[in-house]
This record gives sequence, C-alpha cells and structure tokens, in this order.
Amino acid sequence: MSANKHFNVKWGMAIDLDKCTGCGACMVACQAENNLAPLADASNKQRVPNWLVVYELSNKKSFPDHEIAYLPRPCQQCAEQPCATVCPVVATERNEEGGIVSQIYPRCIGCRYCMAACPYHARCFNWFDPVWPKGMEKALTPDVSTRPRGVVEKCTFCHHRFMQAKDKVRAGGGEVYVRGTDNKLHCAVPEDGYVTSCAEVCPNGAIVFGDLNNPEHRVHRLVTGNANAFRLLERLGTDTAVYYISRREWVRRLGDNYLPDEDTQKPKQILPKRH
Amino acid sequence: MAPNYIPPADAALIPQDCERGPLSCFALWLGALSVILLIGVYAAYLVLSRGLGMTALDDYFGFGLWITFDLGVIALGAGAFFTGLLRYILNIDPLKNVINLAVIIGFICYTGAMIVLVLDIGQPLRAWFGYWHANVHSMLTEVIFCITCYCIVLIIEYIPLILEQKQINRVPLFHAIAHNLHVVMPLFAGMGAFLSTFHQGSLGGMYGVLFGRPYAFRDGFFIWPWTFFLFILSAVASGPALTMLIAALMEKMTGRKLVSQDVKMLMGKIAGTMLLVYTVFKILDTGAWICGLAPSAGLTFDQFFYGWIYGKWLLFAEIALCGVLPCFMLCSASMRANPRLLYAAAVLDCTGVVINRYVLTVQTLAMPSMPFDQWATYVPNWVEWAPCFLVLAYGGILLSLSYRYLPVFPQEVELNGGQRPGSKPNTWGL
Repeated sequence: MSANKHFNVKWGMAIDLDKCTGCGACMVACQAENNLAPLADASNKQRVPNWLVVYELSNKKSFPDHEIAYLPRPCQQCAEQPCATVCPVVATERNEEGGIVSQIYPRCIGCRYCMAACPYHARCFNWFDPVWPKGMEKALTPDVSTRPRGVVEKCTFCHHRFMQAKDKVRAGGGEVYVRGTDNKLHCAVPEDGYVTSCAEVCPNGAIVFGDLNNPEHRVHRLVTGNANAFRLLERLGTDTAVYYISRREWVRRLGDNYLPDEDTQKPKQILPKRH
Repeated sequence: MAPNYIPPADAALIPQDCERGPLSCFALWLGALSVILLIGVYAAYLVLSRGLGMTALDDYFGFGLWITFDLGVIALGAGAFFTGLLRYILNIDPLKNVINLAVIIGFICYTGAMIVLVLDIGQPLRAWFGYWHANVHSMLTEVIFCITCYCIVLIIEYIPLILEQKQINRVPLFHAIAHNLHVVMPLFAGMGAFLSTFHQGSLGGMYGVLFGRPYAFRDGFFIWPWTFFLFILSAVASGPALTMLIAALMEKMTGRKLVSQDVKMLMGKIAGTMLLVYTVFKILDTGAWICGLAPSAGLTFDQFFYGWIYGKWLLFAEIALCGVLPCFMLCSASMRANPRLLYAAAVLDCTGVVINRYVLTVQTLAMPSMPFDQWATYVPNWVEWAPCFLVLAYGGILLSLSYRYLPVFPQEVELNGGQRPGSKPNTWGL
C-alpha cells in the first residue's frame, strides 16, 4: 500500500563503490540463494532474471583520466515505494517490521505495472516457466519458493534468512524485538545473524548489511553523517534503504540526475508531493 | 429499392427496405476477416500456452504494443459514452442517427481491449484478484473496476439493437424488452458516461503517478495528476471522430448512404470543440512539464528524446500536426463542409491520440531513469501484432454482421430512397 510506514528496525545496506571490483559474485550468490533459473539463451540481458545487477559506471573521460566504478543494485527497499502504491492487487507491500518490500507471487497477476513504476529496474518478470538443468533442482534453496511464469519478482533482502534468524532467537527462548541502549525497540537478531547472500559472499566486504536504525550496527555507523554516502535518485523522495559510498565526486554525481550547472552538494529539491 | 435489386438469400433477416449484397459476397468477406482472426488466435495460443516470452516485451518494456493498443482503442471507443451523453442526457437529437454505430464501436473497442488484456497479463486466471484484493491507491484498480462495469453497460446498450432484428423483434417478449430498454437508456447512458469518464481518466492517471518516470510524471489536482484530465479530454475529442470516420468508411464499402452529411459534420464539430479544449490544456501541460517538472528532476528538455525512434518529431506530430491542425480544421465550418478535409482532420485527430498513448507507454519506459542507464528500444514482434489485428478483424466481423442484419442506421432507408435505377447499389458486394 502507499503509506510511508515507520519501523523501529530498517534493514539496509551500505555499498562501498570504491571497494567493489565488479566481480559479480554478489549476482551469482543471489541467483543461487534465491532459486533464479538459468536461461538456455541469456543473450538478451533485459530478459535475464537478476534480483541484483552490477552496473558499470564511467567518468567518460579519455586515458589517462578514465575511471570506472561498479555499482551493485539490489531492490532499494524504498520507504516511499513507486511500485507498491500502483499494484492493483496488493501483491507487493512494505508492511512488516524491518521495512522490506515484499512480493507475493501467488497474488501477482503479472500486469507489470510495478516494473513500469520502478525507476531502479529492480523488478523482473518470469517470461517463461523456469527450467532447471538436470540435477540442479536438488540444489534449490528449500526456504525460497520458485516462481511460475507470468509473475513479477524482485530482491527480498534474502527475507527467508531473516525468518530463519528470528526462529533461532525464538528457539533460544528469547524475544525477537528488545529495547536497546537508546531506549528504542531493536531486533534481537545479532548483527551477523541475518546477512543477505550478496553481502555474505562479497570478497572485498563492499556490501555491509544491517539495521540502519541501530547505532550498534556497522551499517548505521557507515552512513550516518558520512558526506560520501548517497542514495540513488534521492530527489524522487523514495527514501531508499540502500546507501552507496564513494570518495569520488563523479561517482556520487551519477547517483542522481543533475542539470549541467547544478551543485551536487546543495540539498536536492524533492519532486512535488505525489498524488 | 432499386428496380434491378435482387434480394439475397438471407433477405428475411435483413432490415426492412434496406438493400444488401449477395450472401456469397458477404460470406467471402467474413471468410477473409476470419483468416486474420485465426492468425491472431494462433498467436494468442502461443502466448497462453508458452508464456509472454513469445512476445518482444522485456524487463524494460513491461508495457508495449498491447498496452498502447488498449489505450488507443479505449480512447477511440469513447465515441460511445460521449455520444450517448450528448444524445440522451443533453438531448442533442440529430445524434440519434449515429448512436447505434457509436455503441457498436464502443462495444468492439472495449471487448477487444479485454481480449488483448487477457493475453497481456501474466496470470489471466487471476484477473479477478483486481476485485478481491483491490488496492484502493492504485489507478489500475479503478481502471479494472470501471472498464469491466462499463463493458456490461455497453452490452446492455447493444442488446436492444440486437432484439430489434426483424425476426427476433417478432417475438413479443423480445420486442417488449427492446422497447423498455430504450425507455431506460438515458439511465445507462448516464452510468456509461460516469464510468467511462473515470476509467479514461484513471488510464491517464496510471502514467501521471509514476513519479520515478519523469517522462510521464505530472503534478495535478488532489489525487489526480493532469494526465487524468488530459486522457478524458483527448478521448472525447477523438471518439466521435472515429465514429464518424467508420460511418464514412462503411458508406464507401457498401456504396450506400448511411448517415447524412450534416450529422457527420456535427460529429466533426463536437470532436473539434473538444480537441480545442484538449489541445489548449495539452500545450499548457507540456510547457509546465518542460519548464517546471523536468528541471526539478534534474533533467533538460533534450534528455527526454533519443535519436529518430524517440525523437522530438513525435512531440511535434502529436501536438502540432495531429492536435492544432485538425483542431483548426474541425472548428472551421467551411472545412467541415468539405468531406475530404473533414475526414483528413478526423484521421489526424485519431492519430494524435494514438501517438500520445504510444509515447506515454513506450517512451516513458525507454528513457533511462538512472544517470548511468541507457536508452532502450522496443520493436514489437508478430505475436504482438497478430492479436491486435485479431481485434480489428473481430470488429470488422461484428460491424459487418450488425450492418447487414440490424437496424443500425435510422437514416438509411430515407437517404437511399432516391437511388437512380440501374445505379451500382453495392460497391463491395456487402
């Protein structure tokens, strides 16, 4: 639904673009973890289902000033979602503590309006039924449902891992949500108890995952007051949960659309309030 | 009746005092349309059995030809509700001569759009979720509600015409139903106008609320973006024009006069007046978009266009060539009096609306939303084209059957009463 709901826990990421080498391990880990079927013909990249895509950024200068950066783009888990507001059947919503935008496959009618709405291209469609090469079906993640053709899917911040982590806390006799040192409710799942597959696998530690609202979490410290931290398309007012960090100005400038003479340091004007 | 007129084999089914061509010619015509229809059925089978991967759509272009086609026919089918509103609610009496045709065209357009939508959604068996799990914040939910309800209204409006068929009307019950439905028709015309206004608007609203897509996003009034109102205006500006054009096309194909020229000119005048209102607001909206919204999104005017395929010529064609020009032509009484200019203006009018629906659907998605993203291009394949032609063939069949067997045109007998003996009564043998 549409309301920008506040949650005590806000799962999020800080991705250090200066550490990312573009190796693509995060993409592969995501595919394996979330049961994304390989395609026999993957030549059309706009048809390949990927919940996380690594983009190559360039400063468009010639040698020796040429520089590139790589930007992994999972679902940005917007607090003000362009997608969930438009879904006609409430098949996607941000309605659970933690602020992860869900995708309910058995409810999705496959109209693809959410894909049209998402400016981050974070959503992909199942154009055909998934086909698993012989034997590969044995390696599927049991806690992640496979999707039939005709529905939209997207990154869930490995939500099944969150469920497992909560179960572990409950099994140990603890409460999932406890009051922290700042007198606010926090998730009792330890910082390393719930990590997405992309963050877990990144060889350079470029992706840090945790609770953005929890001062004890590394992700909170990385983004709070960091002048090098930015989010994608901030002027849209989507209030995303994925932060990027770069010490290079040209990389930060590619985080949003700017007029040629516009100063990136100035506070951005948020687009007019939505309808 | 022309003296050399030979009644066809199905003369008993044909409206009183109306000439029709031989049944064999008519069957041939229907056969040709059926071939097109069957190709579309095969494409539909491919999509439903194997998946939407059979189309040229992809993750960038979740919307493509089918949505453009749907929006186009729904806008052009607006002649039904708007003519109904003017005829039954505002009592513009001459429109009674074209209201039946407008209803049939509306019925074809809306049911045709439904056929294509069934193919376009990935899980057609879940289409009813739109009612069951309705998201009241989504413009598409409103579209689902209003389009399905309006389709029912169109069926109710079409039924009395079918019941007035010569043989069916002999049954007292059917005669009574047809008569009584005619009596309460203003009620359905009002319902149709209400439902249609809102779903035409919501179709526009669907794009205007996409705040992540600067090509489509618009500011607005209360919960409605400006595209909401622009879609309503453009639909009522083009719907009557298409109705008038189809009447003229049917006259060409059948060789008979079906609607008097003054009624066609009246339809042109209505379309022109609404087009004037639409064009003024469209120009204002475009100005606000270029000078206000675009810079606030950090974008320059040039960034909204790309190469030839998504070039500025589309904007020029939509607003100037297919907006201002036909508006001027349709608002001029002397130009309306010239049938060629009248039809040319109507064609431009309809084309402009289709361009509008196309750019808002495809160019919106083609444009890079993130600065490091690239423009994407989309060319539909035959699996997408075939169902569109299926709908056109289906429309042709339904119109042909209606023309041949139903009293669609009240003026037909009167207009053809003075036919010269020996004149060629029927150019296409229909």
